[in-house]
Formats: sequence, structure tokens, C-alpha cells
Amino acid sequence: MFKKIGFRLIFAVAFTSLVIIGVFAFFNVQTQSNNLTAEVERHANQLSETVVSSTRVDMMLNQRDRIQQIISSIGAQPHIRDVRILNKIGEIIYSSDQNSINQMVDKNAESCYACHAEDKPLEQISITERTRIFKLNPDSARIIGIITPIYNETSCWTAECHAHPSDQKVLGVLDISISLAEVDKEILRSKIEIVIFAFAAVVIVGLIIGLFVKKWVSNPVNDLLSATQQISAGNLNYAIKEIGSDEIGKLASSFNNMTKKLAEARLQLFQSDKMASLGRLAAGVAHEINNPLTGVLTYSSFLLKRTKDNPEFQEDLKVIVRETIRSREIVKSLLDFARQSVPKKNPADLNDVIDKAITVVENQLSIKKIKVEKKFEAEIPKITIDSNQMEQVFINLFVNAADAMEKTGGIITVATHLISLAPFGTTQIKKAACRKRHNLIDNEFKIDGLPAIKVKVVSDSNEGIIHIDPVYGKHYNNYDVGFKINKNAKFVCPECSVSLVQEDKVCPKCGSPVLVFDLGPEGIYEVCSSENSDWEKWDYIESAGVQEYVEIKVSDTGCGISNEDLHKIFDPFFSTKGQKGNGLGLAVIWGIVDNHNGTITVDSEIGKGTTF
Amino acid sequence: MNKAADILVIDDEQVIIDAVIKICALEDYTVDSAINTKTGLEKISKNFYPVIISDIMMPDGDGFQILDAINKSKKDSVVIMTTGFSTVENAVNSLYRGALSFIPKPFTVDELLSVLFRAKNYIKIMKEEKSFSPQQRDKELIYVTCPAKYLRLGHSTWMFQEREGSVLIGICDIYMKAIESVNNIEMMQLEDELIQGTGCASLTSNDERIHKILSPLSGRIVEVNNNVINNPSLLEKDPYFEGWLYRIIPANLDYEIKYLIPCSSDRL
Repeated sequence: MFKKIGFRLIFAVAFTSLVIIGVFAFFNVQTQSNNLTAEVERHANQLSETVVSSTRVDMMLNQRDRIQQIISSIGAQPHIRDVRILNKIGEIIYSSDQNSINQMVDKNAESCYACHAEDKPLEQISITERTRIFKLNPDSARIIGIITPIYNETSCWTAECHAHPSDQKVLGVLDISISLAEVDKEILRSKIEIVIFAFAAVVIVGLIIGLFVKKWVSNPVNDLLSATQQISAGNLNYAIKEIGSDEIGKLASSFNNMTKKLAEARLQLFQSDKMASLGRLAAGVAHEINNPLTGVLTYSSFLLKRTKDNPEFQEDLKVIVRETIRSREIVKSLLDFARQSVPKKNPADLNDVIDKAITVVENQLSIKKIKVEKKFEAEIPKITIDSNQMEQVFINLFVNAADAMEKTGGIITVATHLISLAPFGTTQIKKAACRKRHNLIDNEFKIDGLPAIKVKVVSDSNEGIIHIDPVYGKHYNNYDVGFKINKNAKFVCPECSVSLVQEDKVCPKCGSPVLVFDLGPEGIYEVCSSENSDWEKWDYIESAGVQEYVEIKVSDTGCGISNEDLHKIFDPFFSTKGQKGNGLGLAVIWGIVDNHNGTITVDSEIGKGTTF
Repeated sequence: MNKAADILVIDDEQVIIDAVIKICALEDYTVDSAINTKTGLEKISKNFYPVIISDIMMPDGDGFQILDAINKSKKDSVVIMTTGFSTVENAVNSLYRGALSFIPKPFTVDELLSVLFRAKNYIKIMKEEKSFSPQQRDKELIYVTCPAKYLRLGHSTWMFQEREGSVLIGICDIYMKAIESVNNIEMMQLEDELIQGTGCASLTSNDERIHKILSPLSGRIVEVNNNVINNPSLLEKDPYFEGWLYRIIPANLDYEIKYLIPCSSDRL
């Protein structure tokens, strides 16, 4: 439990607050106690003065009984332990305690010490020096004693009794002792209060800290922890859902980002791994299938030669020969696909290719009561494709569609049309030079596998090389130079130090200087020098306009593909057809389309159909 | 040594042997066969076959052993390699080691017959050349060997490295002589990619035979010689200069050049 970060934090905070409250309380209690004692002292002093002045008249008249009476009645008050009047030589003359009358008090005893410290009586002494606090025994309450000297006055020696000589300065002292039990109780109470307060504060602070730690630290950390466990268990699709904006939030979002990248990398790895095994399989299959195919092809073409005068056979044999040659091309393309080789491209009309594919599967489809609906755009330009491979793509798609509609029958819709896509995000800068025609393409530093554009940056006394993403529309620039690039930094060619900044121009988005590169015949490429801006301009590409692609949609009204299966369908050997399929069809399609610089996507809804 | 048959076919599949025998019968060739490398080698050592058709992948060895055996024994047999595992490497390797041609399986009757036709003529040319005395050879050329700086893929195509880094590709004269005549040529397009050892053009001779030309190098076509398309006879007249086929930017020159034979070695 103590290993938990929350507990450690709570402990640290609680300990700190305990220390602070403790120190504060100590000084507070101290002051309070001093104040209380001082108050009692003042009170006692006042009382002494009162006693002295109230007994003064009686003393003049030498009415000793009355003095004793006053002393006794004062001494009977609670808190007042005793009241005594001592004469010059220390004899107790009056006392609230009758028994102590006429007893001598040792001049060295504590009550006298203040005045007689140096064996000579001091006439004027301050209140603090007249006060003493003592305990009769260790268990009893504290007692405060105060001595008030009774000074000789003219009236004392002129009085009738003439008890005192005129040269005497101090006639005696009044000694009052007051119990501090009440004060001590008060102090103890505040001590207890403070301790209770301190503990309460610590507990409350602990709870509050605990609450926030749980909300801000423990919960997100636990989320992260369970995410890492999920990842390590292989679930790379796991993402942390609640992401704050603090450091842990950033950690979580970068963690999510990492898993996403990881998942993508794994997918790629999977794909290439599958391709590799497909390659091995294809190599084996090629050899094994090509031998029997040789038998079929040689015998059928042999027959074709020998039955030249029999047109009835000729037609059928031609089909056999043609289809066997197609099989040969398929096996070859399987090998080619496995080796990712370049397709044999020729300009062809895609509509014709699709028509040919439809003729191949037409019989099969009509048996299954499936109609093919064509929605061709007439104006499709000829595109450079391997018509054999593309035909294969469509045959495979049609067969799949037919299988999906096996029981019910339905309609396959094939639509072609021309679409335009912007070159943004796809065009790679392959050449870039400074004004003095130094090549700036850095073959040693690649961003996403493509050689990046290098730029030397000089900022104050630092200099380093930054790399610009060579793909137009993509900004994985690398500004990692180990120092901060300030506003006045210069961007120059690493070879000749000629400035790469476009004069009289700033980035329209952020106002930073604009870097310019000479791309030779492809014009100039401008990009904002700021790391955080994504502004860039390449007139050559922009003016070339959007690129045209042919989009072909093959839709069916079949059973659809479930969501779990959807991302697996292009995997080699993934099949939902059981024994009927080998799971290679869509994988081969994927490879062919990829080789034609195309993309293939799928959209499907269970029960309604699928569109490629 | 007795001449047992015109052709020896070595293949581990009986179907293919039978098919080859049937096809060869169409053009009146006599055929002997061997079902594996071992019997094939035995038959070669005992008899002389002008033409040997050998599979590459067989359970007890590969067709390259046959090629090597023939090279060693200095027999003038013409070897045609064939395989179901028709990779580029196999094709190029076969031609480099002295095979006349490489036919990927499965093949059609016409494809095989075209190659056999070429083999027959090749043998004839070689025989004729041998029969010439050195004096005669100087006076009258039966075929033109390719220029010294050229490199060739087997006896079929040549390549010449130009100063700018591009490479010219064309057909060897002996190939043209072996197919006797050319009527039409079908070529690839600009920007197409060639792959070493795979077809890059096909010639149709006057007797309707189609002969496939294997590219000596891989690369991207930057120029197609349209003169050849318009006038295929240029290939026969001047195969090494005016009769070039493509100008390409080679894709993997350093690696592929190892499988090419320098033409200078022919002029001894």
C-alpha cells in the first residue's frame, strides 16, 4: 500500500502540514500562556496595590486587628493562596494563614530574593522582578507570588504610634500568592484543541489530496496501466478514452498515438509476412500447377493444330487453349505478385476489360439467377493497365459477389466513372536545389522512407541541419537540432551557405520566413520555415491541377461482410467460403490494384450487400 | 557415336514427354526421352543429340547439371531449358550457361515449335561455319558477331551502354538468321518496364511462327525505335546499329550485367 504513489503523496503532504501546524501551535500556545500569566500578574499586582492602600489607614491608626481582618478576608477568596505582610526583618506580621504569624521568613528564600539579591534592599524594583512563579511540589498547580514593598512615609513616623523610624525606607512587604491552576487549565485546553485541530487538518488535507490524486493521477495512471496490459496482451486496437489536457493526458494521447502506429506497423508486418509466405506458396504452386497445365496446353494446342478442317472442334479447342493460357498468366501473376513485380501495362479501355470479365462469368451468373447491371461512363480515357490482371480483378470480384448471393439471386452493379483527386499529400519532391544549384536531397536521412530535403539552420551561435518532408502536403518535418531556433535564425544551403529564405515574403499563415527550393523544371517549392506551420506551395503541381482517376464500383446485393471480417478480407488465405475458396482471391486483387498505383476499399452491410 | 534421335527430352513428368514427342512428330523430328537427370546424363554420354530439351527442377537434380555436362564434353548439342518454376533467375541463368533458349511451362505447340525451328537453324549455321576454311570465313560472313563493346544474353539479345547512362537493346544477328525471316514485330511501349529474361518483343516470321525476344536487362523504356516497327527488315540488315529496339534506363545494371556475356569473347 505504501508503494502507491497516492499514499506517498498524501504522506508527504500530511507530514508537512503536521510540522507546520505543530510549529505554529507551539508558538501560539507559548504566547497565549505568556499573555495569560501576564494578565494574572497584573491582576495580582493590582490586588497588592489595593491591599496596601486599603490597609494604609488602619496601619496609620495602628489598628492591627482590622488589618488582620482585611488580610484574612482577602486571603479567603478562591485562587488566592495566601496574603502576608512581612516586616523589614522578615517576620510575618499579618497573614491570611493565622498559623504563620510571627514566623520568620528566610531572607534568602525565593520570595525575598528579588530584592535582597545582593544583600541590600532595593527600593524601586519592577513588577517582573517582584513576581515569582513556583510550585510547592511537582504535582501541584503553579503559583504566582508577588511582593509589593510598603514604603516609609512621613505620616508613618509622624503617626501617634511612632512605630517606625524616619530613616527607614521600606517598612515591610506585602506578599500575595495566587494559584495559577485556572490559567494552567486554560493552557492545557488550548493545547488539546490545537492537537485535535492539527490531526483534523492532517486528515482533511490527506482526504482532499487523496481525492485529487485519485482523480488526476491514480485514475489516469491506472488507465495507462490497463492500456499497457492490453497492449502487451496483443490488443493493439485499445485506446485510452478519457484524456485530460495535463501531462498525463499528453502521455495518454501520445500512448494512443504510439499504439496506433504500432498497430499500423504490425499490420504492415503482417501483410509483408503474409506476402512472403504467399510467395513461398506461389513458388511451390507455380511448379506443381504448371506441369499439369503443360499437359493440358500442349495437348489442346496439338489437337487444335490437327483439327484444322473441323471447325466445330476448333471453336471449343480454342476456348480450352485460351483459358489455359489465362491460367498460365494467373499462375505467373501469382508469382509476380509474390515478387511484387511490375505488371505488363498497356493502354486499354477499362470498360472493355470489365465487359470481357463479365463474359467469362456470365454463364455461372445466369445459373445463379444473378443479373449484372452496367453503369459505364462512356468517356473514360484509355488507361495504362495490365488488362489480363485487371480482368482477373473483376472476375474475382464477380465470383465473390455471386457467392454472396448464391441462395437468393440478385444484382451486381458495375459502375465506372472518372474522378479527380488533388495531388496534395501524394506528390514526392525528388529534386531540390539551392540558388547555386547544390543538391539538397539528403539520401541519408529519410522521412517515411523518402529522402528528405536538408536545410542548414544558423540560430545565434548554434547551427544544425533540419529536414523537410519531401512529400507535398505532408509535414513530418524534422527540426531536431538540439537547440531552440529563434526568430532571427538563418536558413541556408549546407554546402554554399546561400540563404534559402524567399525575400519579401512571409508565410501567410504565421508570418515566419518562407524557404524556397529550386526544383529545376518543376518550378519552385515554397514552404514555411516554422516548425509548427503547415503552409507550403508548389505552383507546378497546383497548376497541373487535380489528377484524374477512374473509379470502379462493384456492388452486390448479397449477404454482406461482418465488421470483424471486413479488415481481414484482403489477407491471403482468409476465406469465408470454407472448402470452396482458398482465400487468395482478394489478396491477389489487392496486389494487382496496388501495382497499378490504385487503391481498393470495401464497404459492406450485413444483409444488404457489399461494394468494392 | 551414333545419332539416336534428333531430340532428347528430359522431364520428370511423363505427360510432358509424351506431349513433346507428339509435337515433334508434327515436324518429323525423332525424339528420345529420359525421365530423370541420371538417365538423361547417361543417354547424353552414350549418344549425340543435336537438341536437348531439359526441365530444370527434377527430383534427382536440376537441368543445369545437363547444361554443365554438355559444356564439359564439348558436344555441339543445343540445349533448350524449360521449367514450371519459371523465374527470371532460371531463365537468365540458363541462357548464361549456354542454353539456346528458355521456355517457361506451360507452353503451346507453337511456342515449342518456334524454338525448335530456331534450334534447327542454329545448328545448321554452326555446321556451315565450321565447314568453312579460315579464308572463306574472312570473305563471306554467315552471321555477324556483335561488336566488341556489346554484351549479350545468350545468343538472343545484346545491350550496349551509352555514355549518358542509358542502354541500347537489340537482337543478335545469329538470332535473326536462325528465325530466317521477319514479317512483323510487336514491341512494348514507352515508359514500360522491362525485366531481364522476360519477353520484351515478339517477332513474326514469314511462315507465321512467333518468336519471343527476351530482354537482356531490366529497366524503363525511354525510347522505342519506331523505324524497326515500320520496317522490321532493318533487324536483319543492321541488327547492331540501326536495328536497335529500345533505349532504356537500366534498373539494376550492376547485378544483371553478371549474367551477360561480353561479345569480345566471341572474337578469338
